[in-house]
Amino acid sequence: VRLKGQGKRCTRSEGLEIRFILIQNRAGKTRLAKWYMQFDDDEKQKLIEEVHAVVTVRDAKHTNFVEFRNFKIIYRRYAGLYFCICVDVNDNNLAYLEAIHNFVEVLNEYFHNVCELDLVFNFYKVYTVVDEMFLAGEIRETSQTKVLKQLLMLQSLE
Amino acid sequence: MPAVSKGDGMRGLAVFISDIRNCKSKEAEIKRINKELANIRSKFKGDKALDGYSKKKYVCKLLFIFLLGHDIDFGHMEAVNLLSSNKYTEKQIGYLFISVLVNSNSELIRLINNAIKNDLASRNPTFMCLALHCIANVGSREMGEAFAADIPRILVAGDSMDSVKQSAALCLLRLYKASPDLVPMGEWTARVVHLLNDQHMGVVTAAVSLITCLCKKNPDDFKTCISLAVSRLSRIVSSASTDLQDYTYYFVPAPWLSVKLLRLLQCYPPPEDAAVKGRLVECLETVLNKAQEPPKSKKVQHSNAKNAILFETISLIIHYDSEPNLLVRACNQLGQFLQHRETNLRYLALESMCTLASSEFSHEAVKTHIDTVINALKTERDVSVRQRAADLLYAMCDRSNAKQIVSEMLRYLETADYAIREEIVLKVAILAEKYAVDYSWYVDTILNLIRIAGDYVSEEVWYRVLQIVTNRDDVQGYAAKTVFEALQAPACHENMVKVGGYILGEFGNLIAGDPRSSPPVQFSLLHSKFHLCSVATRALLLSTYIKFINLFPETKATIQGVLRAGSQLRNADVELQQRAVEYLTLSSVASTDVLATVLEEMPPFPERESSILAKLKRKKGPGAASALDDGRRDPSSNDINGGVEPTPSTVSTPSPSADLLGLRAAPPPAAPPASAGAGNLLVDVFDGPAAQPSLGPTPEEAFLSELEPPAPESPMALLADPAPAADPGPEDIGPPIPEADELLNKFVCKNNGVLFENQLLQIGVKSEFRQNLGRMYLFYGNKTSVQFQNFSPTVVHPGDLQTHILSLAVQTKRVAAQVDGGAQVQQVLNIECLRDFLTPPLLSVRFRYGGAPQALTLKLPVTINKFFQPTEMAAQDFFQRWKQLSLPQQEAQKIFKANHPMDAEVTKAKLLGFGSALLDNVDPNPENFVGAGIIQTKALQVGCLLRLEPNAQAQMYRLTLRTSKESVSRHLCELLAQQF
Repeated sequence: VRLKGQGKRCTRSEGLEIRFILIQNRAGKTRLAKWYMQFDDDEKQKLIEEVHAVVTVRDAKHTNFVEFRNFKIIYRRYAGLYFCICVDVNDNNLAYLEAIHNFVEVLNEYFHNVCELDLVFNFYKVYTVVDEMFLAGEIRETSQTKVLKQLLMLQSLE
Repeated sequence: MPAVSKGDGMRGLAVFISDIRNCKSKEAEIKRINKELANIRSKFKGDKALDGYSKKKYVCKLLFIFLLGHDIDFGHMEAVNLLSSNKYTEKQIGYLFISVLVNSNSELIRLINNAIKNDLASRNPTFMCLALHCIANVGSREMGEAFAADIPRILVAGDSMDSVKQSAALCLLRLYKASPDLVPMGEWTARVVHLLNDQHMGVVTAAVSLITCLCKKNPDDFKTCISLAVSRLSRIVSSASTDLQDYTYYFVPAPWLSVKLLRLLQCYPPPEDAAVKGRLVECLETVLNKAQEPPKSKKVQHSNAKNAILFETISLIIHYDSEPNLLVRACNQLGQFLQHRETNLRYLALESMCTLASSEFSHEAVKTHIDTVINALKTERDVSVRQRAADLLYAMCDRSNAKQIVSEMLRYLETADYAIREEIVLKVAILAEKYAVDYSWYVDTILNLIRIAGDYVSEEVWYRVLQIVTNRDDVQGYAAKTVFEALQAPACHENMVKVGGYILGEFGNLIAGDPRSSPPVQFSLLHSKFHLCSVATRALLLSTYIKFINLFPETKATIQGVLRAGSQLRNADVELQQRAVEYLTLSSVASTDVLATVLEEMPPFPERESSILAKLKRKKGPGAASALDDGRRDPSSNDINGGVEPTPSTVSTPSPSADLLGLRAAPPPAAPPASAGAGNLLVDVFDGPAAQPSLGPTPEEAFLSELEPPAPESPMALLADPAPAADPGPEDIGPPIPEADELLNKFVCKNNGVLFENQLLQIGVKSEFRQNLGRMYLFYGNKTSVQFQNFSPTVVHPGDLQTHILSLAVQTKRVAAQVDGGAQVQQVLNIECLRDFLTPPLLSVRFRYGGAPQALTLKLPVTINKFFQPTEMAAQDFFQRWKQLSLPQQEAQKIFKANHPMDAEVTKAKLLGFGSALLDNVDPNPENFVGAGIIQTKALQVGCLLRLEPNAQAQMYRLTLRTSKESVSRHLCELLAQQF
């Protein structure tokens, strides 16, 4: 006899929650690090290195999800850049995978064919884009039109 | 669309970044940075007031330098100044600098809060959002205190802009997560729930997250969100692919919002209102139907977005676990994905199906995919996919397919990735036990496991097979025959020798009738493996041999010969030597009747939850095994202490006896595996009831322990914490950290110092001991700027393995559950030594840091030498007493290499710190040290004499301890030897 309800994922204690977002290039240089959990500086550095080690060894036939410590990394590679989002193990993988893509499309529009150098030279603007789309570890806004309109408006301010 | 030129607006910044990029070496980069830092510092210090633009530029450069990984110790004030600029770009850089660099307990926080307050009140939506984002990013308690009351107002105000509402919702969420007590509930609850109806989908997207978080703590207050969420979801799901315009992503209407709504619904049971429920079921069906429709785009984005909703829908269906029809449809849908060309989908389908397998409605449907899953196990390239396949096979296993699944897993094991072998071994072992119809299949399976992956077969697994064979007499003969055959292999795994040794020692008689496995054949087969085995295994085999003497008197002479051989009787390993000596004496002194009683077959083990299952749970976290642990618990399994008391004189073979004796402590990690062993065997057998019961070596102690750490409720555990509620369960205390022994060693000769330190926490110790009493002050320092929550240090004593009698009483006072950032709390321990002991108490510290649970187990620096009272005596007395303590077991000696420079003064200090008196003019050789003292315990006093002989040339020491008690001699000798 199977007991009812034992295997259910009934405790969704965390909700949709992002622990951190990382953009790294293949050499492991960080192009963006956005933390939604308290880590001290050493710990951050360790996480950055570990994520790089975990993600870069995987090939295109692998899934876009990797278990990582007690969390999960959802990642996608664009040219030489890895966009990684760290979430809880029972979060919705595909929703985050597409959230990454949505974010990349916004960057692409905003920077007109975004490339790695745009992220380097405009690092302070990338943070603004992130805050428009993700806040407090949650997805804030998903409409590319709305985000770009807002960014354009901010761009026009002095 | 806007194009942004490189570093537009701030040329100086772009130049600087280019310079850094052009640096050829790390040194050049550092040089360039230092030059820039000097420049910025001089600008900030200069007489000329900087304009806003320059300030912004320099602050931005500092931020860039910080992000490169360099420390920044100035510029904060300038950044704060930027906050009050009325130019967006300056304000933005100011806020960014604060969010990235300022930690919560900065002195600047008041100034920052002031600026935030102004911006929140500015009615300028851009500035309000900047301020809200800053609060959400920093999320400190100070900010919570300052703004938690304002933000709900901004959130529900009629005139707030949509973007401000979005930010306010998530800002509130952040504050609530950080400090729930600061966020007042109540009047605005209903209005927050109504945000689900908001026109603006972005506001709804943010609000659902907030509500999902809040409703977990107050489900009843937010209950009205169910119907609102259902109707919102229904409108999205039934809309055409272009209806939602901005919120349509690759022809999928509002995928993220749908997912969030579906997750919100998973916080609640199915809707009670029939209409709402009907509408929801309709939604779920629509999602399942849409999955069957041809895709509207070939782009992966389209299918991903669509499937994100689909998987969340299936999660909700599984969560409700009440709609058989939907469950089966979900299962069929996942079945299609199992063969999809996208690896992601195959992975997710396997994962999701795992939870479906545990529902009674869909279990059978899941089982139909067994062949596909087995194939995945064999062919998937990504190890994480194979792992999911193994998980699913495990979850779908029942009596009908157990043989197939177990044999597939065994086959997979031969080529499995090292990373997951141990887990597969555990799973096979559990399934084999759980679904064994005939136990011969079970025995075969476990022996196969050992054959294929012996290194990965943990103690729990082979203990378990012994336990089961001992308890089931219908399989004993078969087990004996099978192990006997397995041992014929020229190379067999040591675990096989252990299992074989144990089983033949107990049940070898059942196959002795066959001349091919006659007693002498059995013995010589086992003994042929003996010399290649580790000490622990050889110890086990010696016990098997003594059991053979009882089972097969005809082997007595041979075995006595083996025991008598110099390699046994004078074995360098004390455990082996002792066993050989004692077994030899036992076999020659005891009558057949006594032997038969002492060496009787082991009594059955009490039924209990499989320790393997417990191990798997530990490995994978509580959720992992739950699907599998489905109710086949024996009704008596709550009897964890074990009911059966064996006759006191039963000598176990390596011995499933520990639990029966009521010993629930794991062996001290420091002790070599066999050290708790048969040391007192003869005493036990011949001295009658006064003697201490002997234990086999380690196996079953750990075995019966899910045990791992000491169980406070066991009779010999000391009273750890006066409040029973604080008593951690056995699972609660992890094993001591690997460095625990090293840390402990540092305190053998001193009483004060830092016991432990990492990035979060420092633990300091101050202690004093007098006679058999001690008082210890523990100081816990929070090294971070964040408050520790649920801070709870507990002390437990694993009990003394050899005596298992309460040997130390430790009384602790509880400490405050919160430790503020930078603060220190103190805990006082009163310690009474009741009798001599070997293992120190464990200190387990648990707390939450930034939401993450932290746990740490240390050994408390209380060792037996702390209760030394130094004794002065003249040379004559010393030698007289030394002679009095001349029995071999009263002396312990160690010869060892010096690990530290051999300095006589340091040595003296250490010996005094150890607790004994140092006696001058006693040893004829002035280089040597002699000491004397009495160990004070409540029950008895143990006189101790010691002598340390340094040999500077060889850089060696010889240390000799003589005490009236054997275990004390050995223990003191070990403790002290590690100090030089």
